[in-house]
Amino acid sequence: MDQNNTPKKNPLSMQLDLSKFSDASFAPATEEEKRQQDVMSESTTFFKDGMRKLFKNPLATCSLVLLAIILVTIIVAPMIVPYRYEEILSVNGKRDKGAKNLAPFTYSEMEQQYIENGGKRFPHIFGTDEQCRDYFIRVIYGTRISLFIGFFASIIVLIIGMLYGSVSGYFGGRVDLIMMRIVDIIYSLPDMLMIILLSVVLNELLHFESGTIFARLGTNMISLFIVFGLLYWVGMARLIRGQILSIKENEYILAARSIGATPGRIIRRHILPNCLSVIIISTALQIPSAIFTESFLSFVGIGVKAPMPSLGSLANSAREGLQSYPYKLIFPAIIICLIVLSLNLLGDGLRDAFDPKLKR
Amino acid sequence: MTKYIIKRILLAAVTVLVICAITFFLMHAVPGGPFNREKALSEATIAALNARYNLDKPVGQQFLLYMQNLLHGDFGVSLKNGREIKDIIGESFPISARLGVSAMIVALVLGTVFGSTAALMRNKLPDRLIVFFSTLFTAVPSFILATLLLLVFCIKLQWVPVWSANSNNYLLPVIALSAYPMAYITRLSKTSMLDALSQDYIRTARAKGVSKLKIIFKHALRNSLIPVITYAGPQIAYIITGSMVIETIFTVGGLGSKFVSAINNRDYTMIMATTIFLATLMVIANLICDLLYKLVDPRIKYE
Repeated sequence: MDQNNTPKKNPLSMQLDLSKFSDASFAPATEEEKRQQDVMSESTTFFKDGMRKLFKNPLATCSLVLLAIILVTIIVAPMIVPYRYEEILSVNGKRDKGAKNLAPFTYSEMEQQYIENGGKRFPHIFGTDEQCRDYFIRVIYGTRISLFIGFFASIIVLIIGMLYGSVSGYFGGRVDLIMMRIVDIIYSLPDMLMIILLSVVLNELLHFESGTIFARLGTNMISLFIVFGLLYWVGMARLIRGQILSIKENEYILAARSIGATPGRIIRRHILPNCLSVIIISTALQIPSAIFTESFLSFVGIGVKAPMPSLGSLANSAREGLQSYPYKLIFPAIIICLIVLSLNLLGDGLRDAFDPKLKR
Repeated sequence: MTKYIIKRILLAAVTVLVICAITFFLMHAVPGGPFNREKALSEATIAALNARYNLDKPVGQQFLLYMQNLLHGDFGVSLKNGREIKDIIGESFPISARLGVSAMIVALVLGTVFGSTAALMRNKLPDRLIVFFSTLFTAVPSFILATLLLLVFCIKLQWVPVWSANSNNYLLPVIALSAYPMAYITRLSKTSMLDALSQDYIRTARAKGVSKLKIIFKHALRNSLIPVITYAGPQIAYIITGSMVIETIFTVGGLGSKFVSAINNRDYTMIMATTIFLATLMVIANLICDLLYKLVDPRIKYE
């Protein structure tokens, strides 16, 4: 740049004084200078950052490991253990009437004889129950059912709550007012009483063809899902509505709207990803509450259908022989507590990792 | 304030009405009338019975009649033993109420004491113990805790007699029922106490030279109690449903165990009446808690 060509600077002007710059200032950057601009650390995404924080939390990591162990066990164990959950024990095709209420790792007389004659018998790890069924495999299946119910119920709650909450929050105004009044009323219904009532009634009304998964689960569980779908989504809907109300004020939503994006697209592409953390956390915390509800219902006598075990119904039926066979209560009880505890701790950990604002 | 109170009361009234309607119409959807016996009754008898209990009228009219009876305190008769449900509730509810109220008091008092202690002794041994146990107890379903208590203290150690109608031993049922709410209130009051302790007015009070005890009890504790009140409403609902299980396990003859046996016996009129009764109770309890919350903390805006 030529010194003579630069206009003289007014001393009071705030403009840059071009005469102070030499030509070198405008030369292209050298390789070395370019390298200084390189970002040394790897760029992190929201998800990666959250997971890193989660794994720094020892309690959450422990719960994650524990849940993984339980999951692997309930998947692998039925392949190894040669008994089925509804199978009444028999030796060489003959019903083994002595295999009633065996203590853990013991055999009945018939089995003892069979082993002495050179036969092989898989040990009853948790003993057997009052109907001569292997208790270990029943507890495994009970855990499967309870986890399945917890997970599936949370998904139902998530889907309905998300749809309702996002529509109500996005459109606002009168739509929001009416939709939220409905939520208020449903929210103040006593949920447990309504579940009991609906289960009692649906039990009489619903009939499924035998053989389908519905028939095996029993009408009680189907009505539990129906009730979750009808009542439990309101908490989720409120949460998501609140999130959306604050997110939709952002400029990028305005920008998206001004280039003509449809409401559905704005909700899907711009709003929901931004409240993902809240959704993940509350879903994680919903699972243990669903497991609690299921075990409560099984206890009251409107849980899963008879041969099918759940942790709640196993604990309930263990009450009858409590004095003589306390271990029958202890096993399902410990597993319920471990699952609920680790899911609770994992939920807390997720909350701390993904949404520090939510921390109470 | 008045506007808010009226609005809340109206919402509560609508909720109760909705509950009554849901309960009534659901119970009506159950196939089979109340007079389906093994021995078939003659058609004339059934018609006479239907006329006697207004079952021949349209459903809408039956609902209005039922509501009218409810408002007069008439819950109908139990299908199983033919007793007036009003009398059954009258004699069993006081037992449940005593159990529930004691459990609630225990949970609130011990919960705030433990929570505040944990907050005041942060990161020391008592705090860690309290946090450990409160986390543990929020993961134990009440029926498991109750059964374990029964097994250990009544059967193995025989310290406490098993509940019977004349012994009136509420100790174990109250412990079992209050464990979960207590654990929850402990966690809640710990965080709110920590929050209160970090406020500016606490620093000011300390700078003025107010004694430590006075700061804790007069300034911090009072303010930390506000969030606990909000939680008391849902806790009452928990205690009512929880007492069903606890009463069944300890064979306490309260309304909760009556409800469970009504469910198992498919005693529809009893289920219907008890649901409406307990649900109304929960709605009223929630209403009172909400109003109390606004009353205690004037900073909260009325919408």
